[in-house]
Amino acid sequence: MTKNLRVKTGKAIDETYRISFKFNGSTYYGFKGDTLASALLANDIHLVGRSFKYHRPRGIMTAGSEEPNAIVQLHDNSSRTEPNVRATEVEIYEGLEASSQNCWPSVNFDVGGINNFLSPLLPAGFYYKTFMWPASFWEKYEYFIRKSAGLGKSPTKPDPDIYEHKYIHCDVLVIGAGISGIMAAKIAAKNNLKTLLVDEKPNLGGSTIYQNSDHFKINNQNSGSWVEKEINEIKKLENLEIKTRTTVVAYHGYNFLLARQNLTDHLPIEQRKNKTRHRLLKIRAKKVITATGSIERPMIFDNNDRPGILLSSAIKKYADYFGIACGEKNILFTNNDSAYETAISLIEKGINIEAIIDNREEINSKLIYEVEKNNIKIFKGYTIIDTSGYKRINKISIMQLSKDGQKVVGSKINLSCDCLGISGGWTPAVHLFTQSGGKLRFREEDQVFIPNTYPSDQLSIGACNGNLTLDEILRTTPESLIKFLNVKSSDYDNLEVLSEANKFKRNIWLLPSNKVLGKTKSFVDYQNDATSKDIKLALREGFRSIEHVKRYTTTGMGTDQGKLGNMHALGIISETTGTKMGELGTTTFRPPYTPLTFGTIVGRNVGEYFDVIRKTPLHDWHIDNNAEFENVGQWKRAWYYPRNTEDMHQAVQRESKAARASAGILDASTLGKIDIQGTDASEFLNRVYTNAWSKLAIGKCKYGLMLNEDGMVYDDGVTTRLGENHYIMTTTTGGAANVMSKLEDYLQTEWPELDVYLTSVTDHYATISVCGSNSKKIISKIITDVDFSDESFPHMSFKNVKIGKISCRIMRISFTGELSYEINVQANYGKSVWEKCMEAGKEFNITPYGTETMHLLRAEKGFIIVGQDTDATMTPIDLQMDWIVSKKKYDFIGKRSLYRSDTIREDRKQLVGLLTDNPDEVLEEGAQIVGDIKKSPIEMLGHVTSSYFSPNLRKSIALGVVKGGKNMMGQKLTIPMEKKNINVTVSDPVFLDKENKKLNA
Amino acid sequence: MFIINCPFCGEREQSEFKAGGEAHIIRPKQPTELSDDQWAEYLFMRKNIKGIQFERWNHAHGCRKWFNLVRDTSNDEIKAVYKMGEKPPIK
Repeated sequence: MTKNLRVKTGKAIDETYRISFKFNGSTYYGFKGDTLASALLANDIHLVGRSFKYHRPRGIMTAGSEEPNAIVQLHDNSSRTEPNVRATEVEIYEGLEASSQNCWPSVNFDVGGINNFLSPLLPAGFYYKTFMWPASFWEKYEYFIRKSAGLGKSPTKPDPDIYEHKYIHCDVLVIGAGISGIMAAKIAAKNNLKTLLVDEKPNLGGSTIYQNSDHFKINNQNSGSWVEKEINEIKKLENLEIKTRTTVVAYHGYNFLLARQNLTDHLPIEQRKNKTRHRLLKIRAKKVITATGSIERPMIFDNNDRPGILLSSAIKKYADYFGIACGEKNILFTNNDSAYETAISLIEKGINIEAIIDNREEINSKLIYEVEKNNIKIFKGYTIIDTSGYKRINKISIMQLSKDGQKVVGSKINLSCDCLGISGGWTPAVHLFTQSGGKLRFREEDQVFIPNTYPSDQLSIGACNGNLTLDEILRTTPESLIKFLNVKSSDYDNLEVLSEANKFKRNIWLLPSNKVLGKTKSFVDYQNDATSKDIKLALREGFRSIEHVKRYTTTGMGTDQGKLGNMHALGIISETTGTKMGELGTTTFRPPYTPLTFGTIVGRNVGEYFDVIRKTPLHDWHIDNNAEFENVGQWKRAWYYPRNTEDMHQAVQRESKAARASAGILDASTLGKIDIQGTDASEFLNRVYTNAWSKLAIGKCKYGLMLNEDGMVYDDGVTTRLGENHYIMTTTTGGAANVMSKLEDYLQTEWPELDVYLTSVTDHYATISVCGSNSKKIISKIITDVDFSDESFPHMSFKNVKIGKISCRIMRISFTGELSYEINVQANYGKSVWEKCMEAGKEFNITPYGTETMHLLRAEKGFIIVGQDTDATMTPIDLQMDWIVSKKKYDFIGKRSLYRSDTIREDRKQLVGLLTDNPDEVLEEGAQIVGDIKKSPIEMLGHVTSSYFSPNLRKSIALGVVKGGKNMMGQKLTIPMEKKNINVTVSDPVFLDKENKKLNA
Repeated sequence: MFIINCPFCGEREQSEFKAGGEAHIIRPKQPTELSDDQWAEYLFMRKNIKGIQFERWNHAHGCRKWFNLVRDTSNDEIKAVYKMGEKPPIK
């Protein structure tokens, strides 16, 4: 066991509830209320991790979500392990196991530490500069870079926890439950506004809740007690919902915000079972009040990153709130009055302070007098120039600052210490405000960016609005809230405020040193090891924009997103280039404010809930009959029906043969179906299809091709005229929704004068296609009162029929080239009609076939599949389908584009058939087609779009698109594959039954 | 994420809508009379404005009606919403 630095009961700590936890394999104890960071500090552990690039030992720096250094890996279980967790935000629980990251073999002895000594060789942009040459070596470099990069380890198994999403609508959202947020929530809720107050911490009250100094009073009580009473009061308000452990991570336009509510991470592991871990709140608020406070700035001096160096405010919080001394020989280093608040807290708890180093020469405030009364040495007008101590700070060196603050003068004084608190003033937390689109302005007097113009109905209050002292907050906040919410409130009238800090600050972005800059390591971004030297180097190399400097030096690009050091980076750039801070601007603050797990982002949308699954009315039958399924868009379609030990190829060959030799049956229910009615329905079809529709007789069907306005094929399908003003259109499975949208678009916007009504009826009908030479016999068995002769029921015609008592539409249309009938029946009768077909077809060996066989059969006939044989660059002419483009029609969608200079080019890619020299060789779909294989560079002529072994032709067949292919019939081309070149001959795309004899067999 | 005031349904979340590009581009009545350049102007040329932009939107997961919307692309403020065929209420 190490030392116990618990000095006094902290406000947050329940000393009757002891919790054991493991850190790097050893067991430690803390109390309920501790964070991992506070519990480690209580055990005198500062060294928590190693830095990213130089592997320098690093410790806990802060007490909040801005922590750059103390990031740990939680658990070693392969499904629940979590990297990059801030130790300052983990509430300890029984069973907690944490370990250091980015070190090997251990945080105490890290081989990567060698980088620290190699650092002169690792300047900013090192990787960009070094691994550029030779280019062919990149793959090898990448392997090693990837191995050494990254902070923690990701889980390797699926996340077993439960996450969910929730929508919240409220009148007022208040972000941050510090003193300002609490006042805002009270005023809003008491005025009948439905209010939501969220805070990332487990408790309310922000930094005021543990403020018990006599120098900060409201109505004659110390501010901590005052705010506690306020909290007790708002908890009773009816219109107010309070959510703690809830971080607003993103603030989008129109007051839409995302927040992560952490529900179980603080519970003992055995209490988490079956509970939702995180909830992503999707909040739409009429008004948003941002009260996110401010973050203390570090200071930039040589070796400012050692374990034992903390923000001064963090030392205060650990003392006041957790009852912990961060060290036994403390030194504070400051440029403002905040460090004296820390000093007073430490004095009150009997924690030793060795000295205070203050940049300012002339200072006076009651806080300082009080500290001086306690005989603490204050070095006024001094700065730290260096620190020492490898795994824990043990000494600082200080020198006097020159009058202009540009250099150090006099002689060096060494002071020993084991903990250093630094305070460079405060930075308003404007992250969410800028995410929402708000614009900042720079306030020269104290060098801070504060909100200027609001893009939505929102208000920033308190420290995040630049009101950095208690009296400023209480003086201005109630009034601005009343105005913003447009309400009445006298709750905060006539507050008596005592606030004894002086606002004066001596801001020096990069503190001078007695060494030249090249010899110092003064960290600006702790996590990414970006130093002031790196920033100056980037400027010397010509980078000017803050966004470019950020990317080159990686300043602000870690998991903490530069919450501590970004302002210093800006300051150093501003000073070096002579550009004003206000003109320089800030880098973009992007969501999330603090990292989210993927689980939180996806919520319940995992596994089968990832996307909608659409099933046909015959789905159960397919399952019962051993079908394998294929995803087509959101649909599950029967792919093939393997029997016994058949693989896909064997099953498809059997199905394809049977479908032609006797009879096959296909579930085509997924085809899009649009019911079109109205007196102008025929005219409408004339305009949307390439061919003419006016003369189509009632009861007849026609194949149509639909183009985009650019002349490219968009969709195809058969449309049937059911009545004078009534059609049913079929579309491709994948195109159904888009075709519907496109047709509605034209009807509503271009041709509102047309009397046409569209209804999507895709899901209303089951579509059963029976094909093959025996199909007529089968259909006649179940529909006995219809004349199926060619005269009465020819190809491309339709009849309303009854199967038993069930009304059906039956079309004689074919996508296989065989005689075939398509039965459309109300969806819930689908299965019984299908079963009747199966029963009637038994004697003809009726064979159910899936999408793979359907694709093969249509390829034998050279029928295209839109989206497989076409992409958005194929015209009907390119597809050798000139026959379907009406020359007579004055206009249709895409017509004019068919004779643009580009679309009439002879050397466009055109659809052709491809036959391999070796009839057993099946081409790969997507393979490139070339002409002269010896020519360099080889010219790509096109690619294979569909390829199968045809069991009916007993040879390999393929469709492809080839430049100028139409005029290349019989020509030899080559398809170079990894191991060999395959020779093919260009052919007609119709391979089987060119005369269409089978349709009328 | 915007809130869009559908002229037929009222205020709804942006996720119910589909954007449909620039508004007030009228399909030529006699495309065959146009030169390649004139047709290309209709077919391909679209503005990409920083500032006030007139757009088509469709309430795809609602009433499925198309309508027009005026948006300031620099801050996503929606200035006006109006039905197809109506004149823009602002310039």
